[in-house]
Amino acid sequence: MPTITLNGAPRVVSGDTTIIDLVSQTAARPLASDGRPLDGGGLGMAVAVDAAVVPRSRWSRTPVLEGQTIEIITAVQGG
Amino acid sequence: MGTTARPDPFVLDEVELSSRLIMGTGGLSSLHTLERALRASETELTTVALRRYTPRQGDSLFSVLERNRIRVLPNTAGCYTARDAVLTAELGREALETDWVKLEVIADEDTLLPDVSELLEATEQLVARGFKVFAYTSDDPAVARRLEDLGATAVMPLGAPIGTGLGILNPHNIELITSRARVPVVLDAGIGTASEAAWAMELGCDAVLLASAVTRAQDPVAMATAMRHAVAAGRLAAGAGRIPARRHAVASSPTTGLIATDASETVARGDWAPTGASR
Repeated sequence: MPTITLNGAPRVVSGDTTIIDLVSQTAARPLASDGRPLDGGGLGMAVAVDAAVVPRSRWSRTPVLEGQTIEIITAVQGG
Repeated sequence: MGTTARPDPFVLDEVELSSRLIMGTGGLSSLHTLERALRASETELTTVALRRYTPRQGDSLFSVLERNRIRVLPNTAGCYTARDAVLTAELGREALETDWVKLEVIADEDTLLPDVSELLEATEQLVARGFKVFAYTSDDPAVARRLEDLGATAVMPLGAPIGTGLGILNPHNIELITSRARVPVVLDAGIGTASEAAWAMELGCDAVLLASAVTRAQDPVAMATAMRHAVAAGRLAAGAGRIPARRHAVASSPTTGLIATDASETVARGDWAPTGASR
């Protein structure tokens, strides 16, 4: 059971968790294996693992590992 | 729709926009009011920031922009180094599926002024990674030229520090930048009210980017409407060939055929000699 830091907070995930599981849980939306939302519309989210972007196309193939720092970001209001 | 009779599209990276007002989305607590202000502004391009995802009920900014078909320009606000700005730009490209980025690299929190050396460094790296860089910069014409040379898609000098509403502090520099630029120049930051947005356009800017002037106005929807008109008016005026400024009045009514009066003495007329010339 890897412990990670997700958006600044510690989190324990199950051993077979991939990035796409983490994003899907965070957004509370089901995602296709290419990262597209199954409920239609855009997702507007991106992921960085240890300060490197993981492209959406690789989310389903990228395991979440012990000790990683993961940021899940989205667009917010800003100038 | 613009108010111009002739089409006068604003072309950015081969994309034609009919509005020359770019509205930022920051500064309003109500998404509903933001949506009304965005519609009133008729903007077709808006900036967003990138932050950690937090679950929220109901409408999201992302769906507001999708619904209104407003193109998104993700920014790197909050970045102090080229390294952070490049990572943030990469996240924006991934999240919003655009290679456009408003590059903002800030020197310190009090002034929010651009850190020019980090800005140039980040521009070079992002251009190499295929980004279309919209560089938020100081009003320094030399820096504007360097950014252009590095491949920036647009140069965006500030009128005044972000959120100050001080208008255009150095119009001479802005005019120098616009007169020499080979890429679009967008006046970014500092605008407080509509006349200043019109002035920016008269100084030769291709567009105006503003947020606080609308979102922190007492009536954001009215100010958004005012800004839309101001930018269109300034653009028209810039191309209309204004009259030269003179020191003496020039009558627009006929000066011949005047009725006889007592004041028939001849009064010396003529414009003043140029400053510095002998009288």
